[in-house]
Amino acid sequence: MAEESFLTDDFLGQLISVGEVDILVGVPTHNNAKTIRSIVETIQAGIVTFFPRERAAIINADGGSRDGTPELVVRAAIGDAKPGSKLYALRTLPSISTQYASSPANGTALRTILAAAELLRAKACAVISPESTHLTADWLTALLRPVYTETFDLVLPTYRRHRFDGILLTNLLYPMTRALYGLKIREPYALQFAFSGRLGSQFLAQNPWHEETARAGSEIQFTLAAIGGEYRIGQSFLGTKQHVERHSADLVPAMRQTVGALFSSMEPNFSSWDTKTGSQPIPTAGTEAEFTLEPLRVNRKRLREMFSTGVAELEPVFQSILSTSTLAELQSIARLEEVRFHYPADLWAKTVYEFAAAYHKSVISRDHIIQALAPLFRGRALTFLMENRNGSAADVENNIESLCLEFERMKPYLLEIWNGGE
Amino acid sequence: MREMIISELTQAMQELSRGFAHILPRIIVLVIVALAGWVVAYLLKVLLRSLLRLIKFDKLSESAGASQLLSKAALPSATELLSRFVFWVAWLGFILLGISVLGVFGLQEQIAKFFLFLPRLFAAFLTMFFGLLAAGFFSRAALLAAVNANLPSPRLLSVSIRTIIIIFVLSMVFEEVGVAEETVLVAFGIAFGALMLGLAIAFGTGGKDLAQQFLEKRFGQKRKDEEKEDELSPL
Repeated sequence: MAEESFLTDDFLGQLISVGEVDILVGVPTHNNAKTIRSIVETIQAGIVTFFPRERAAIINADGGSRDGTPELVVRAAIGDAKPGSKLYALRTLPSISTQYASSPANGTALRTILAAAELLRAKACAVISPESTHLTADWLTALLRPVYTETFDLVLPTYRRHRFDGILLTNLLYPMTRALYGLKIREPYALQFAFSGRLGSQFLAQNPWHEETARAGSEIQFTLAAIGGEYRIGQSFLGTKQHVERHSADLVPAMRQTVGALFSSMEPNFSSWDTKTGSQPIPTAGTEAEFTLEPLRVNRKRLREMFSTGVAELEPVFQSILSTSTLAELQSIARLEEVRFHYPADLWAKTVYEFAAAYHKSVISRDHIIQALAPLFRGRALTFLMENRNGSAADVENNIESLCLEFERMKPYLLEIWNGGE
Repeated sequence: MREMIISELTQAMQELSRGFAHILPRIIVLVIVALAGWVVAYLLKVLLRSLLRLIKFDKLSESAGASQLLSKAALPSATELLSRFVFWVAWLGFILLGISVLGVFGLQEQIAKFFLFLPRLFAAFLTMFFGLLAAGFFSRAALLAAVNANLPSPRLLSVSIRTIIIIFVLSMVFEEVGVAEETVLVAFGIAFGALMLGLAIAFGTGGKDLAQQFLEKRFGQKRKDEEKEDELSPL
């Protein structure tokens, strides 16, 4: 109960009035009034349908919404007898909302949900993103059932995605996490996942929440904590993940949140990954991943330009991070025409490993190292697009698999440069 | 006459001997203080060098860009330079302390002035180092932000920021050591003003097209169209 102090008295009072629960669903929000109503109703439908006899609660951790999101969550609570409700629950299903800060912070939102889960002694908890417009009641049981009945500690999602969606996951986070920890976890950074009370409590107690790196990217830190603690991890196929439109400016914050968190966790978890070779599948309900192939407009010229400009302009920065041979190879790629452009998988793996080692050694500001990786990632993304432009779903999967194997093959190089080398 | 000469000579010899007897112990003290000072200064140097190596001071200096400056000037590494600086300041301090024992008229005041100047010299040295560190950090931050935002001429932006910070730091250093304070202040004002005016004129007239392109890209319809095309979702 060490974490009580950061929760407000009002929130604590509401939690105490709920008592203990079996199932808890946490929804972190910030100005999600448009979608939150249907999300909460779907969660309620999932609980009433699949966990009718269990004691359950919905916790909303809000980051200072100004569009009435928390009020919508609270209003959706199912009482003993709710007139006009379409759902008939055997038990009450409280929905509690708390504002943890005046601005959104994923880490603090997760911390609030974990603390609530610990106080309510929840056996199984799920975190659901308020942007999940494709959410169905089945998602809830797919995530929670393995934790509640099959003693899994962490259940991560797998999705049917567009082949070019989640390109940072397919080209860096998945291959690198797999090569480091030897587990084929498709979505190490998940916005929908379920976990056991004991894993939640352990992460709540052990994560250094006062550190910026621990708060940023807490979702991936949570996955890595489960791997490091040798908890039972599984995956559940949830269905289609909707395509979220992003702009080029979103890349650096996304990299800070995920790649920064992955790099920073390598130091404390060194003993968990240094001896691992190869990779093993983890228990998965449904297929591991599916791809859709509909056409997507992508400005390839712009990606190439940003890569080439980055390589040319950031040369003094890369000299502190990359080996001479890697930098020379990147410079020769940057000179290639768009049709001949190719950033090979082995060079990409080598680049990422050199960045990880530079991050470990803090050769320059760590945040600058992450920012410097963004233009190179654009180059790799362009190659991935070109390689899979006309490929089938199986071809895309094979391409990702061969990249993963390249990361695994290059792992001794990472170990070599981690404590010495170039 | 002869006796008078002998008496004067004897007196002169006696005075010389007295003077020598008076100064000799002081010279011996000076030598002892200088030798002890050398030992203390050497120990300080070794201690400081180990400490700086432990905290990887050379890496800090490298990221600040100070190492490149030192190497261009054929000077040793930052750790070695700072260790030697401390050695010479400490030893010189001991030698001056020894000299003050000699009781030479007017020297005491100069020595006191030197000791009063030392903290300012050290503060100037620190200002210079941290100033270079800040210049390196902020110019790199600007370079990375400009590259990732796809702004034109990122290197120019980065070098401009570095130059402005270095000019500002140099003016602070000169003010600290009391070298031509007013001249440096005026020179800084002129240089800074000229740089800003130059940039404004260059961007407004010379780079009219570039400015138009930049503004269109940032706020115009073109940007919206370009961004609509770039629909890759990283996560």
